[in-house]
Amino acid sequence: MAGLQVTAVEPFAFQTERHLVVLTGRKAKNLAELQEHLHKVSGASIFYHTHYLFLTYSFGKPRFHNEFAHWASQALQEEGLAERLTAIDLLAMTSIRDLRTAILTTVEKYLGEGRHLRECPPGDEFHFCEAKSFVSPTGLQAHDARELFAMVGHATDASLYFHFFQARLRLERPTNDFSIWLAKNGEPRLAQAIDRLDPYDSTLAELREQIVKIGRRLRA
Amino acid sequence: MAVTIQDYQEAAGPAVIEELRALADRVRGLRMQNVNSTSVGGGVAEILTRMIPLLRDLGIDARWDVIKGDQAFYNVTKAFHNALHGKTEEITEGMLEIFRATTEMNLRELDLESDIVVIHDPQPAGLVERKKEMGRRWIWRCHIDVSAPQPDVWNFLRPWVEQYDAAVFSMPDFAQQLPIPQFRVAPSIDPLSDKNKPLDKAYILQVLEKYAIDPGKPILVQISRFDRLKDPLGVVAAYKLVRKRHRCQLVLAGGGATDDPEGEKVLSEVRQAAEGDPDIHVLLLPPFSDLEINALVRASTVTIQKSIREGFGLTVSEALWKQKPVIGGAVGGIKLQVIDGVTGYLVHSPEGCANRISQLLRDRKLRERLGDNGREHVRQNFLVTRQVKEAILGMLALDHPGESVVNLG
Repeated sequence: MAGLQVTAVEPFAFQTERHLVVLTGRKAKNLAELQEHLHKVSGASIFYHTHYLFLTYSFGKPRFHNEFAHWASQALQEEGLAERLTAIDLLAMTSIRDLRTAILTTVEKYLGEGRHLRECPPGDEFHFCEAKSFVSPTGLQAHDARELFAMVGHATDASLYFHFFQARLRLERPTNDFSIWLAKNGEPRLAQAIDRLDPYDSTLAELREQIVKIGRRLRA
Repeated sequence: MAVTIQDYQEAAGPAVIEELRALADRVRGLRMQNVNSTSVGGGVAEILTRMIPLLRDLGIDARWDVIKGDQAFYNVTKAFHNALHGKTEEITEGMLEIFRATTEMNLRELDLESDIVVIHDPQPAGLVERKKEMGRRWIWRCHIDVSAPQPDVWNFLRPWVEQYDAAVFSMPDFAQQLPIPQFRVAPSIDPLSDKNKPLDKAYILQVLEKYAIDPGKPILVQISRFDRLKDPLGVVAAYKLVRKRHRCQLVLAGGGATDDPEGEKVLSEVRQAAEGDPDIHVLLLPPFSDLEINALVRASTVTIQKSIREGFGLTVSEALWKQKPVIGGAVGGIKLQVIDGVTGYLVHSPEGCANRISQLLRDRKLRERLGDNGREHVRQNFLVTRQVKEAILGMLALDHPGESVVNLG
């Protein structure tokens, strides 16, 4: 494919992410308290509780990636709410602001249905955290699409996580970094193909495989 | 010979070691001074003993100093420790005065001259007074469970805590409302220590023989102090339910403090509950029994940690690292280590514990799957290499206050 031979003006620099978990000191024992804190916590906290399990859970798909949903189910036994929170379409969100609103609306609607407010058992409170992320280059640089796809195959989970999840919602870029770079470098079809992937429906290992497959398919 | 970071490559994986070296290059040569209240005994001394050589090997000028104090001071700090754990203690003005006077004496005598000063636990917390004159970065590393502290003790310490640049706690549950950044750094296990290193089969068999445990019969093990919060009687009850259907043995092994009358009482109740059953082995182990504890866990078919309350419960990670499925009480840090149905099972009662033991005794493949997952979970989250990484990130964090995403360039 001629397109794969295009040499980029600026290479794609693979980045990686490490983080420290920041404790906010905020905790909730029932949905009313959760709702109150959801209004006040940082966007980084909303992002943390909806995204970090994609990076840190490595045993297939957990029942809940969304920790608000997990807590509603495990600590409050509010399965109906847990299901609704899980159903929030993260891929449709374009900012953490939207995501916060979606979570709050879901909790408020549920509370508005006149349910008795349950309290979690002592020790099971929801603790609001956030991540302080440290981003740095891995040293890998792709100069054309062929190199990019070859390198994705070896990229770490932390690197994929950064370019897919952090870049889009936390750094408010229009889509994942691979698609942005490919579109800029004369590869709109490849860019769109990656943009159409749903990273929220896969593990990072599956996501890596899907991207590599896109590279193979278009080269054939 | 001192251990090096390279020695951890087999346990943690080459990528982890490579990443540690790359991160450490960013803080190379920085002087990091750790201060605590004892050089031997206790979890903090254990952590510092293994972390200081690793940090030094990575090029960080890490050192460790211990404050001085007399018996009266340590009586006060023991009362503080209990009160911060939520136990009611009467704290008098005289006790506070002893604490203040010892802090002042240490401020005069201790050489605090590093780029980063890490103060461990409440005993030396007041040394932060020196920050006003010497500046630098100060971190308060609190290792103890302060989820429900007695207010008078916490309020006494709080003005000092608030002067630090950051505080570090082991669990989100321990976080406080403070005007300084707070980080979570979970404890970790050392895969090369006597408690965790690989052992010869012959040595394991020798330990079983010493305690008259049959290597041919499934072994259930709980390693813990004889303390009600570890629920040893609940474990015996679970074993008795299992025993109706499965042949197995139970080993309850742990140390005992001679100055703990409640512990003596629990031990005697456990012995009474075990009476007449030669398959229950109640072992009161002396200090420095780490190799034997390692052997007992490695010999187990299923490991149990049926605590009713728990700070973190590192015995769980120690068992998971040995590829043992763990049945744990659904409390505290056990919930971070036992992923229900993935690395073991979380239970709420002796009956629940018995059900899970039976299920695991019946199914070797299930035990192997959970055991493999458990080792991987510990590899990724609870090895000392992760704690070294977070120590370095903590140093970097102090240079970027208020930034949620730090571009290290």
